[in-house]
Amino acid sequence: LAERSNLAGVRHILLVLSGKGGVGKSTISTELALALRSAGKRVGILDVDLCGPSIPRMLRVQDSAVHQCDSGWVPVFVGQDKAIALMSIGFLLERPDDAVVWRGPKKNALIKQFVTDVAWGDLDFLIVDTPPGTSDEHISTVEALRPYQLLGAILVTTPQ
Amino acid sequence: AACQGCPNQGLCAAGAAGPDPAEAAELRARLRAVRHTVLVLSGKGGVGKSTFSALLAHGLAADETKQVALLDIDICGPSIPKIMGLEGEQVHQSGSGWSPVYVEENLGVMSVGFLLSSPDDAVIWRGPKKNGLIKQFLRDVDWGEVDYLIVDTPPGTSDEHLSIVQYLSATHIDGAVIVTTPQEVSLQDVRKEINFCRKVKLPIIGVVENMSGFVCPKCKNESQIFPPTTGGAEKMCQNLNVSLLGKVPLDPQIGKSCDRGQSFLAEAPESPATLSYRNIIQRIQEYCEQQHFKEEKIM
Repeated sequence: LAERSNLAGVRHILLVLSGKGGVGKSTISTELALALRSAGKRVGILDVDLCGPSIPRMLRVQDSAVHQCDSGWVPVFVGQDKAIALMSIGFLLERPDDAVVWRGPKKNALIKQFVTDVAWGDLDFLIVDTPPGTSDEHISTVEALRPYQLLGAILVTTPQ
Repeated sequence: AACQGCPNQGLCAAGAAGPDPAEAAELRARLRAVRHTVLVLSGKGGVGKSTFSALLAHGLAADETKQVALLDIDICGPSIPKIMGLEGEQVHQSGSGWSPVYVEENLGVMSVGFLLSSPDDAVIWRGPKKNGLIKQFLRDVDWGEVDYLIVDTPPGTSDEHLSIVQYLSATHIDGAVIVTTPQEVSLQDVRKEINFCRKVKLPIIGVVENMSGFVCPKCKNESQIFPPTTGGAEKMCQNLNVSLLGKVPLDPQIGKSCDRGQSFLAEAPESPATLSYRNIIQRIQEYCEQQHFKEEKIM
């Protein structure tokens, strides 16, 4: 019996990238998700910034926890209508100020899990928010998403 | 393609965790002539680490009797060459190692930016390769006698940060200066960085709150562009028992000076931001000198 991949029900996958930190990737990811939800779409956000996960606070779900189900992790559903699904390392920390001091290989392992082991269900859009740089998180995310068709990347910058 | 221009392509190692005893000895020898080392950290990106590192270097180097070294270990996004007006410069090798690029006679700089064949080349490296280059920066650069080694870091708490702390354990780090902006989304990441410092026993010299208010040059009204909704760095420092070194207001001239590779302190000596920076730099100097004095007393 072939297992249905957790991303099989996701229609479009978007990466939000920059290279530079502090330009508004997480902010844009969040606003984009909210705008798509207003337009009646089902949206998920995958926050692969392991050292500085900002999305939970931006959606006011920083005190939520994630649970396991048969197909993997259940994402946190945001809002009354639960129309935005979110996965972030922020939900896995014992305390919000705990530093995630991991080297590349450990980060890569979690990112692979985040991509393949979250039970997203049926989504119109999955937005992937990334940390600054062009390193482990980015390489691992793109590699793990390779079997699925990526819609593309949005690049965020500031003017200087 | 990312290795092009690097003097040590063949030797670039996929280094493991900390230095082995032989390497530690090598690093100790190379860094023996460094009197003070300051790490500039954040956790959050885009808060002004590189800007601050550059101005700290300029500020300290204003005293011509001091030798200052600025090491940029942001491998993916090296901003220091542009901010210091050194874009396009190359690293030269000599018998005694790699030569830093000098802005002034007493201010030398090293960055991966100098090793790229084109400024837009992406350095798409995983952790181990980044660690290898950082080790090389410490082991192979001929800094000479240095009064202040300032290390600019990328955002986060990962390979670069672990590695620099581990490699520099061969010598002595005076402490870390942590940069933030006033809003909670930044402070959230900065608290993690403070915990990182405590975890690796890195002393915290203090926190700098950047982009703290904007004074309109025309009407002189002050606005909070990044409102401190949870009390800003001040409250966080109180809660975590860490020193607040100062607050620096937003000044559009800062970004311009950085883009043009000029020292903001020199270009806008009258700006309130310059005054803040100078006060903070002085406090850092005093902290370092006190440490040295304490050590001499013990000896």
